Amino acid sequence: MLIVNIKRITKSAIVNLWRSRVVSLSSILVMSITLFVFGTLIFSNALLESVLTQIKSKVDINVYFSTTAVEEDVLAIKQSLEGLSEVGSVEYISSEQALENFKLRHGDDQLTLQALEELGNNPLGPALNIQAKETQQYEFIAKFLESDNALSSEGTDIIDKVNYNQNKIVIDRLSKIISATERIGLIVTLLLVIMSIIITFNTIRLTIYISKEEIAVMRLVGASNKYVRGPFVVEGMIYGAISALLTLFVFLPVTYYLGSFSEKLFGLNMFSHYLGNFWSISLIILGSGIFLGVVSSYLAVRKYLKV
Amino acid sequence: MIYFDKVSKTYKNGDKVVDAVTITIEPREFVSIVGHSGAGKTTLLKMLLAEEHPTEGCIYFGSENIHELRKDDKNSFRRKIGTIFQDFRLLPHKTAYENVAFAMEAAGRSDEDIASDVPHVLELVDLGDKAWNFPHELSGGEKQRLAIARAIVNQPDVIIADEPTGNLDPINTFEIVQILRKINELGTTVILTTHNKGIIDSIGKRVITMDKGKVVRDDKTGKFSL
Repeated sequence: MLIVNIKRITKSAIVNLWRSRVVSLSSILVMSITLFVFGTLIFSNALLESVLTQIKSKVDINVYFSTTAVEEDVLAIKQSLEGLSEVGSVEYISSEQALENFKLRHGDDQLTLQALEELGNNPLGPALNIQAKETQQYEFIAKFLESDNALSSEGTDIIDKVNYNQNKIVIDRLSKIISATERIGLIVTLLLVIMSIIITFNTIRLTIYISKEEIAVMRLVGASNKYVRGPFVVEGMIYGAISALLTLFVFLPVTYYLGSFSEKLFGLNMFSHYLGNFWSISLIILGSGIFLGVVSSYLAVRKYLKV
Repeated sequence: MIYFDKVSKTYKNGDKVVDAVTITIEPREFVSIVGHSGAGKTTLLKMLLAEEHPTEGCIYFGSENIHELRKDDKNSFRRKIGTIFQDFRLLPHKTAYENVAFAMEAAGRSDEDIASDVPHVLELVDLGDKAWNFPHELSGGEKQRLAIARAIVNQPDVIIADEPTGNLDPINTFEIVQILRKINELGTTVILTTHNKGIIDSIGKRVITMDKGKVVRDDKTGKFSL
């Protein structure tokens, strides 16, 4: 009987959808707009993340060691830094490399280069270039470097300078901007998602309101709640699935058109991102569509089943 | 047997629309309930259908107090009663065939039963050639005959007809009454509410007269008096 009922409910849902096609079409369009908003939020978050990652990658702190520092000691500090969960990456720059970099940077400044020649030996010590996983973690890393963890094997202080204090204001401000942007992004996302859900719910409720007399008649002839609710829930599921497919299809030309523009502006090609994450984005959109359709229909019909 | 035991209904605004009504309706009876608008006829039927709950008293269907039934049992109970209304209450997006089939599906009948019984019942009410028409494509009389077909298809114990001829012309009214009489002759209890004196006189069966929520006359001889 269960299979027979499922077959009857599904058939009834498809027939209803077709016979009330104007109402169905308007519901599908409203749901598509909702899902388009969902999709746009997915892309916006990806763009925001891309921008923030780029900004974060430009922030680092440099540790300059004294010229007498032994390479093994510097590498040992590098290793202990890499062991910290807060540290993203550590780059070692030897004295020779530091000199090469200096010369390259001051290639146009003949006076400085001449002074360097006259010195005869390399005045620059080795350095470590450290990137934290999060910008708020630089303070912790700076404190680590000030502690006994960063002493040489003989227990002497070999660090000449850490430029964290010099960059602290900029790093702190950047950290605040990044976390505020992430928080605002989350709030905007939540608001839009809630608004979209309310709009969809009301649209489906309106569609079912049109059928409230029909529901009362079904109850009067003795149909069970499940049997009355079934076709509406399946219809909601179909609305969600069609809307999701429509939305996924619309995103193809939209992201293609905006792809190169977004790459120049945010460093992320939306079209490549869409194709690269097609299955996960499809799953989110399709899942959201079906979930919204089913839950909205279920709740809307429930109101009229209290006879 | 249907038994209304001192049944009263008072709405939240304080209006008492049914006042201590006690009626017994035996199986196979044809009972007409008459009364002015607001006399409480429709509320009485709604309580019998478990659509409304009495504020006092009980209604028994056989040995069951219908207002103590659980939700699922209420659905099964409703399948024992066929309903016909003045405004037809057909499913607008279903064809005549589907309207009748829906009542059978709701009762859990098999596809084979539906395929054999629906055309037969539609033929009985002379709608065999309108099986694939939607309700809006049928005349008032045809809609009411379709409602009758839906009401009788599950062979209920009782048919409730609430002003079934209110929207019909005299010829269709006559036809509907003839069908109801035929249904009763075949063994189904029929409860009819109407304002139409001609119908009551032509039926010549038990008439219950209600006024201001009370039963003021219960006449076995079939006379209409308000």
